[in-house]
Amino acid sequence: MDFFTLLIQVLNAVQYGLLLFLVAAGLTLIFGMMGIINLAHGSFYMIGAYLSFGLAPIVGQTIGGGFLVTLVVGLIFAIFLGYLLEWLFYSYLYERDHLQQVLMTYGLILVFEEIRSLLLGDDVHSVAIPDWLSASIQLGDIMTYPTYRLFISGMCLLLAAAMLIVLTKTRLGMMIRAGSVNREMTQSLGVNIQFLYRLVFAAGVAIAAFAGMIAAPVTSVYPGMGQNILIICFVVVVIGGIGSIRGALIASLLIGFVDTFGKVLLPNVAGVLMYVLMATILLWKPSGLFKAGS
Amino acid sequence: MKKSQLFFLLILASVLVFLPQISSEYVTDWLTKTMIFAIFALSLELLVGQTGLVCFGQSAFFGIGAYTAVLFSAKVDHTYLGYLLPLAIFAAALYALIVGALSLRTKGVYFIMVTLAFAQMAYYVIHDTPLGGGTDGIYLYSKPIIFGDLVLEGSICIYFFTAISLFLVLGFLGLLSSSRFGRALIGIKINELRMRAMGFETYWYKLAAFVISGAIAGIAGFLFAMKDGFVNPEILSWHVSGTVLMMIILGGLGHLRGAVIGAFTYALLEEIFRSEIIFGSFSKNWHLGLGLTLILSVALLPKGLFGMRDQLLRGLSLDLGNFKKPPKTKL
Repeated sequence: MDFFTLLIQVLNAVQYGLLLFLVAAGLTLIFGMMGIINLAHGSFYMIGAYLSFGLAPIVGQTIGGGFLVTLVVGLIFAIFLGYLLEWLFYSYLYERDHLQQVLMTYGLILVFEEIRSLLLGDDVHSVAIPDWLSASIQLGDIMTYPTYRLFISGMCLLLAAAMLIVLTKTRLGMMIRAGSVNREMTQSLGVNIQFLYRLVFAAGVAIAAFAGMIAAPVTSVYPGMGQNILIICFVVVVIGGIGSIRGALIASLLIGFVDTFGKVLLPNVAGVLMYVLMATILLWKPSGLFKAGS
Repeated sequence: MKKSQLFFLLILASVLVFLPQISSEYVTDWLTKTMIFAIFALSLELLVGQTGLVCFGQSAFFGIGAYTAVLFSAKVDHTYLGYLLPLAIFAAALYALIVGALSLRTKGVYFIMVTLAFAQMAYYVIHDTPLGGGTDGIYLYSKPIIFGDLVLEGSICIYFFTAISLFLVLGFLGLLSSSRFGRALIGIKINELRMRAMGFETYWYKLAAFVISGAIAGIAGFLFAMKDGFVNPEILSWHVSGTVLMMIILGGLGHLRGAVIGAFTYALLEEIFRSEIIFGSFSKNWHLGLGLTLILSVALLPKGLFGMRDQLLRGLSLDLGNFKKPPKTKL
C-alpha cells in the first residue's frame, strides 16, 4: 500500500468515524442523562437522510433551494420532531422499566419505517452532491479524493467541537451534566429539568438527522439504513462508556479505522472485526473505556 | 401448582389438541411455528424474566441448534432422533457456556452488547464461510426417526412433537423455578449483592442459567430446522433476538406463562396486520399496525399482557403513574 492509498483510507476512516460520532453522541447523551435506551435513534439518522432526499425539490420550489438551505430546513424540522417526540412519547418512559423502553422504541422504529415507506416508497435513491462540492482533489498522479467527503469530515468536526464546548464550558452544559448526575437535586436548585430533557433530546435527534442529511449524497438513501447504523452506534456507545461524549468520540474513530482498514486488509472477516473489538474491550474493561462524567 | 397455572395449562393443551383437527394445514403450520417461538421465548424468559440477565444474542443458540441438526443428519439414510436432538442441544449449550463464561463478567447494557457481539460473530461465521452453505443456507434432506418406523415428518407429526416439547419445556422450567436453584435465580434478579452476601456464588448460578437457556433455545432451533427442512443465516441475525425479546416483554416478564402468551400474541398480531382480508392493500405496511400496537401496549400495560388481569381487577387505569410499579429490570 503506497502513501496515497494509505492517506485515502485514513481520510475515509476518519470521515466514517466522525459521522458515527454524530449519531452516537445523541444516543449516549440521551442514555446517560435520561436513562432511556432509545432503539429508535437510528431511525432519526434515516429520517435525516430521507429529509435531504425528499426536501430538496420542495425547498427548491418554494424558497429557491440550495444544499445549505435544505440542510437548515431539515435541521429545523428535526428539532421540532425531537421536541414533539419527547413530549408525546419519551417523557412517559423515564420512570419505566428499561425493557418497556426497549419495547416502545422498537415500536417507534416500525412506525417510522412504514411511514417512510408510505411517503417515499421502498426504492434506493441517490442524492446529488451540490455542484460547488463535487470537485475532487488530486492526490499523486492517478488518485483523487472527493471534496465532499472532506466537507463531511469538516462539518462533523465543527459540530463535535461545538458540542464539547457547550457541554464543558457553558452554563447550559453545566446544567445538563448536573441533570445527568442527579435529576431531583438539579430540579430543586431551580432548573427546569423537564425542559432541559426536552432540549437535549431534540438536540440529539437533530444531530443524528444532520448526520443522515450530510451522509446521504455518499451513502444514498435506502430502507433499513437506520437499523444498520443503530447497532454500530450502540457498539460505539458501550466501547466508549455510557454517557461519555469523549469516550464516544474515541470509540467512533476506533470503529471507523477498524471497519475501513478491515475491509481493505481482511475483507473476509471485515464484518465481524467490530464485534471482536467490542467483546475484547469489554472483557478487558467491563464498563467501557471511559466512565460517564469523566 | 396454583389453580390459575393449572387452568392455563388445561386451556393451552385443549386448544393445541383440538385445533389441528378442525383447521387447515395453514393453521397447523402457523401453530407449529408459533409453538417453536414459544419454546424459544421461554428460553429467554429464564434469563430475562427469572434471572434479570438481558441477553440480546439468543438467536445464536437457536441458529446453532438448527444448523447442527441439519449438518449432522445423514444425506441419504434417516438419522436417529435420539442422536440428533441431544447433539443439537449440546452444540447450543456449549456455545452458551463459552459466551456465558465470558460475558457474565459484564453487567447491564454492557452485558446486552457483549451477548449481541458473540451472536454476531456466530452469524458472520455461518454467513461468510462455506461451512453451512453460506448466504444460501442449506437443506435438510432426510428427517430423523423418532423410534421404529416413525419418522419426524409431515405437518401433523411435527405439530404434535412440537406441542409435546413445549409442554416438557414448560414443565421443566416450572419445576426449575420452584426449586432451590430457581429461587436463587430470582434472588439474583432482585438483589445480587445480597445473594452474594448470603454465600451464593452468583456467577455459577448465572452461568448455569445461561447454559440451560442456550440448550432450550437449541431445542427450538432443532424444531425449526425440522419444520422448514431448510436453514439460512438469517435465523442467527439480531432481528430474531430482538423479536423474541419483544415477545416476552409484551407477554409480561417474570412469569413463564407470560412468555407463551407473548409469543402467541405477537404471532397473532403479525398475522392479523398482514391479512389482506382485513386491511386490504394496506396489509403491505403491516409493520405500522404492529408498531402502534407495541407502543399502545407499553402505554396501557406496563406489566405486559400477563399483568393485565391485575390491572383489570383494579379497573383499567389510564393514569400511568398510579398503580403499583413492578420491580424494575436493572440494567
